[in-house]
Amino acid sequence: MDGLSSILKIVLQRLGLGLVTLFVVSIVIFVAVNLLPGDFAEAILGQGATPESVAKIREDLGLDQPMITRYFSWLKGMLTLDLGTSFAQLNFANFGGAGTTTIAEQIAPRLSNTMFLAAVTACIAVPLAVTLGILAALYRNTAFDKAANMFTLSSISSPEFFMAYVLILFLAVLNPIFPSLSNIFEGMAFSERLEKSMLPALTLTLVVTAHMMRMTRAAIINLLASPYIEMARLKGLSPMRVIVKHALPNALAPIINVIALNLAYLITGVVVVEVVFVYPGIGQLFVDSVKIRDIPVVQACCLIFAAAYILLNLTADILSILSNPRLRHPK
Amino acid sequence: MSSLLTMAIILAAILGGAYVFRFAGQKITNNAPMFRDMGYGVAFGYVLAAALLIWAIWYYFQPLETDAGMKNAGVQFFRWAVQGFIIAAIAAFLFRLFGQFVGTAGTRKLFRSMPLTASFGILVILLYAIVAIFAGAIAPYGQAEILGAANVTAGGDPALGGNPEYPLGTDQIGRDILSRLIYGAQNTVGIAFVTTCLAFFIGGSLGFLAATLQGWLDQLLSRSVDVLMAIPSLIFALLLMTIASVWAVELGVPLTIFMVLIIAVIDSTRVYRLARAVGLNIVVMDYIEAAKLRGEGLGYLVFKEILPNAMAPLLAEFGLRFCFVFLTIAALSFLGVGIQPPLADWGTMVRDLAPFINFAAFAPTAAITPLLAAGAIALLTVAVNFVVDWMLHKSSGLKE
Amino acid sequence: MSNLLTIRGLKIEGRSDETWNPIINGVDLNLKKGEVLGLIGESGAGKSTIGLAAMGYTRDGVRISDGTVEFDGIDLVRASAAVKRGLLGKRIAYVAQSAAASFNPAHKIIDQHTEAPVQHGVDNRASSIEDGIELYRKLRLPNPDEIGFRYPHQVSGGQLQRAMTAMAMSCRPDLIIFDEPTTALDVTTQIEVLASIREIVEEFDTAAIYITHDLAVVAQMADTIKVLLRGDEVEEADTRTMLSAPKEDYTKSLWAVRAFERPAKPAVSTGAVPVVSVRNVTAAYGTTDVLHDVSFDIHAGRTVAVVGESGSGKSTTARCITGLLPPRIGEIAFDGEVLPADYRKRSKDQLRQAQMIYQMADTALNPRKTIGQIIGRPVQFYGGLTGSARRARVDELLEQIELEPSQYFNRLPSELSGGQKQRVGIARALAAEPKFIICDEVTSALDQLVAEGILRLLGDLQDKLGLSYMFITHDLATVKAIADEVVVMKDGKVIEQGPKLDMFTPPHHAYTDLLLSSVPEMDPDWLTNLLQERGVDNIGDAAVDKM
Repeated sequence: MDGLSSILKIVLQRLGLGLVTLFVVSIVIFVAVNLLPGDFAEAILGQGATPESVAKIREDLGLDQPMITRYFSWLKGMLTLDLGTSFAQLNFANFGGAGTTTIAEQIAPRLSNTMFLAAVTACIAVPLAVTLGILAALYRNTAFDKAANMFTLSSISSPEFFMAYVLILFLAVLNPIFPSLSNIFEGMAFSERLEKSMLPALTLTLVVTAHMMRMTRAAIINLLASPYIEMARLKGLSPMRVIVKHALPNALAPIINVIALNLAYLITGVVVVEVVFVYPGIGQLFVDSVKIRDIPVVQACCLIFAAAYILLNLTADILSILSNPRLRHPK
Repeated sequence: MSSLLTMAIILAAILGGAYVFRFAGQKITNNAPMFRDMGYGVAFGYVLAAALLIWAIWYYFQPLETDAGMKNAGVQFFRWAVQGFIIAAIAAFLFRLFGQFVGTAGTRKLFRSMPLTASFGILVILLYAIVAIFAGAIAPYGQAEILGAANVTAGGDPALGGNPEYPLGTDQIGRDILSRLIYGAQNTVGIAFVTTCLAFFIGGSLGFLAATLQGWLDQLLSRSVDVLMAIPSLIFALLLMTIASVWAVELGVPLTIFMVLIIAVIDSTRVYRLARAVGLNIVVMDYIEAAKLRGEGLGYLVFKEILPNAMAPLLAEFGLRFCFVFLTIAALSFLGVGIQPPLADWGTMVRDLAPFINFAAFAPTAAITPLLAAGAIALLTVAVNFVVDWMLHKSSGLKE
Repeated sequence: MSNLLTIRGLKIEGRSDETWNPIINGVDLNLKKGEVLGLIGESGAGKSTIGLAAMGYTRDGVRISDGTVEFDGIDLVRASAAVKRGLLGKRIAYVAQSAAASFNPAHKIIDQHTEAPVQHGVDNRASSIEDGIELYRKLRLPNPDEIGFRYPHQVSGGQLQRAMTAMAMSCRPDLIIFDEPTTALDVTTQIEVLASIREIVEEFDTAAIYITHDLAVVAQMADTIKVLLRGDEVEEADTRTMLSAPKEDYTKSLWAVRAFERPAKPAVSTGAVPVVSVRNVTAAYGTTDVLHDVSFDIHAGRTVAVVGESGSGKSTTARCITGLLPPRIGEIAFDGEVLPADYRKRSKDQLRQAQMIYQMADTALNPRKTIGQIIGRPVQFYGGLTGSARRARVDELLEQIELEPSQYFNRLPSELSGGQKQRVGIARALAAEPKFIICDEVTSALDQLVAEGILRLLGDLQDKLGLSYMFITHDLATVKAIADEVVVMKDGKVIEQGPKLDMFTPPHHAYTDLLLSSVPEMDPDWLTNLLQERGVDNIGDAAVDKM
């Protein structure tokens, strides 16, 4: 059918654009790191490095190759999940350590931990925020709406670590309900894991819910002002039916957009929160690697974060195209 | 299990209460429209709010010490919070009253229609500005001055390990926390302000240029911004800070300067988008077409026709951007890669003082210090957001 | 016979800046079963507010402060929400101005049609669908069996408006409120919608309130007419009385607008060099041509009206003349001299000679500049005047547009009414001391009385300064009032051109004929006669499609 093919075309276009963006982003990340001054290998090992170890690292990293060659071999590594070995591990090996792990092995469990945290947060935050946002829009300018507005504004304005410590103070120190440290390890029971992730998840929920709720409210208010909603009311339909049948189908696209945007926002928030709660996720690894300048790990993490971010935005884009009746049923 | 049961009972009570409330309201007021057309959900909301209020009053008047002689720190914190809220509300009210009678006719009129939140916001911003500018005169000690005693508890009560000379105590290496908080205003706020100005200068001028000239320059800039915005900003900042930290050592330039540049560039992408969008909206106006057809030059178009109309949205965006930059810098500092010692900075202070929180149960004042630093950040961003919210509301209201 | 709808002492307030200001100051209204009442007035008269209040409904920020609205014995002001819901859609229905915005884009037309009958328990879905198709057929929608199964955006504006009328009829209500249902439509489309609305209202003997600002339209539709002015009733009478013998001055002045007409000027002497000459212009947006071989001349001191419906290429022609859109083929000559196609290549003097006045005065004046600055800029830019000389010239211009200089010099556009803003736009054009001015739909956003004032002003200025106008409009009444020559455009082509008198006397080109015959006249029998004359299948889009 004609409609299907045109919508398919738009979706494919967006997918292609997303891929191109990701490709360019990978170039930016790679080039940025190559802006480092002096010799890469010396920078890694510090001043006390022996010439032999510098030479070894240089060979390991293929630093004698031209930049383009190095980029494509790095990109190939990323695509085949062969992320190389971290500098910390290389050093470890150079000083006679045994049993080094690759970056992929380092990242994989942490990535799944972070995904778990994000999933728990999303499960709490999305229904909560959308419900509250719709309520605030329906009862706008009431005391409830004003209180919600003040609360969400404050919550958006506060740094994540402020929320984190307030929660620790009340839910861990004064009333020991949840543990303040999230020492999660493999093979842990789901319930225990959930309990230990609760405080970081709640912190993220507070921040994300506020954003999501404000945006949902704005989207719904915008929608409720449209003439077809007035028309539905003037047809004598019940308030419930006006919302469910007339507002929601059209609100889907903006709400999906809001959700995706905020899940993308989680990516940034997760870094700080993981550090506060010592949660063994990818954000924690990223910050640690930044501190010790472990370039390969920083690059890999950065690319993963960027990819997740682009993917979420792309999903939002495509879903809102699919939910638009004008595009789904072209003339 | 019993707590779950209690919650279920409370919920059931509220659900029932809502029904009774609506029914009684209808009977007593003889079916007044307010109760007649009230949905069950709304009734539930009223009863829930009432229940919360009753609980809050009850909790506020709980004794500060339990029977066993333990401190009931939760009540203490709650009282502090409530008192702080009331004081803030009164201060905001007085400030608004003050503004209604002092100043030019224009500002007086502005204050008359101002909500309490906005007047609170302006008051806080003014206070921060004063503290930041006169930090040297206000602070009792230097920001990097190491004093005799380390780890002095806040509150100045010697029985709890405090010292009246250091009302907020000292940190692990013996620096006065109050002084560092005051200097923090200068450093953290000052650096964030400079960074935001820089971001606006870069993003704003490029955005307007793109909107006015359009064509290939617009395409080039916009596509580059798209790519830069595809990387989450905190992540990108962290990546660039890693590289900058090597450069800082190499060149002997303080890392803080790199941080300002990096965040300014990353943030200028957002400013660019807005400036371009605002510019494009104005460029299609008929009065711009009229000016073009008159034969006006680019300079006149941008500075006399476009810019005056872009000021309001840009000013609001400046507030929001400032908050964002401020929070990013605080986060970087908290993670240990932002503003570097010996400069006192709130983000770093939170990280350093965080362990004190664990003493909250014994000495509520001890836990307050890390929260004060974090709260100082939150308070300013809340204040700016309140003001921006009001400005946006006002400008959107004028259009109707 | 008892009233179906009785409104007594209705007062309505609207909120702005935290205070409640009156919108309607105590209006009474009676409507019997099967009767059609026309509510007429300029913008701000409160027509729509009364229309909605007749359904017991107010928009956000508006409230009924006093009075009763009794529908069939039920006071809608005091009725509970549930009682009102039981009446709305079932016994009282609403047809909105913009059908495109009032249909929900997410559902098919027929699903929205059946919603009210099914929800109110009047009918089941299947028979309601059948009924809908029957109504579509009665309203002469093309493909009645199939059109309801489309989404709203897949159907044209005029068809949607009829589908909305069908939707309002779905429960066979006793009362329908028509809120400017044809205002957004082109004249040729409007006539079709008018004809079908009238027919169906008569057939089902439905009472209706027909809200409009267009006298000629209301004359066709209503049995009685009520004239409103700023929330007050001016007068009410049956349609024929009202049209032939209005009592109040305000009503008389409204009627008189229709009669305004400038005397035609003598023919141009042959061999005179036209001020502006459009020669064989073909222009394109991107790769699609939107103008095809357009040619016409505008002579000194004369007004050429360019007429056409939306999308006919009127405004594009103006863009070619001003040089914003360089033509692909053809040229523009000024005083016999060919102008560079792109405005950026024209000299300052060439730019000065041709000025423009815009449709929306709101977007044509920079909101951050005072009136003095807006008019002063071209004075300074072209005339080189500064300081007191500039001020004196601006004052002179303000006097020409009949605004008191000392009062208006320092005002911002937002402090002016619509008509005053349009006058400032005229002064800005005059400040350049041009020979030629393009007026792009300058009166279509204004109320009739204000519009007439602007037309008179433009006419006087022409006599005084010898200006030439190109008048872009879709409104044939404006053409009649001010034009010397007329150019009729359709789909980017010139269909017909010539002196006004020739254009308004037959024989015409078929399209011109349709356009002319579609303009409603103040005669209550006009629509009836026209339908008899042309037949229902030879009006509106149906007729255009046959061409």
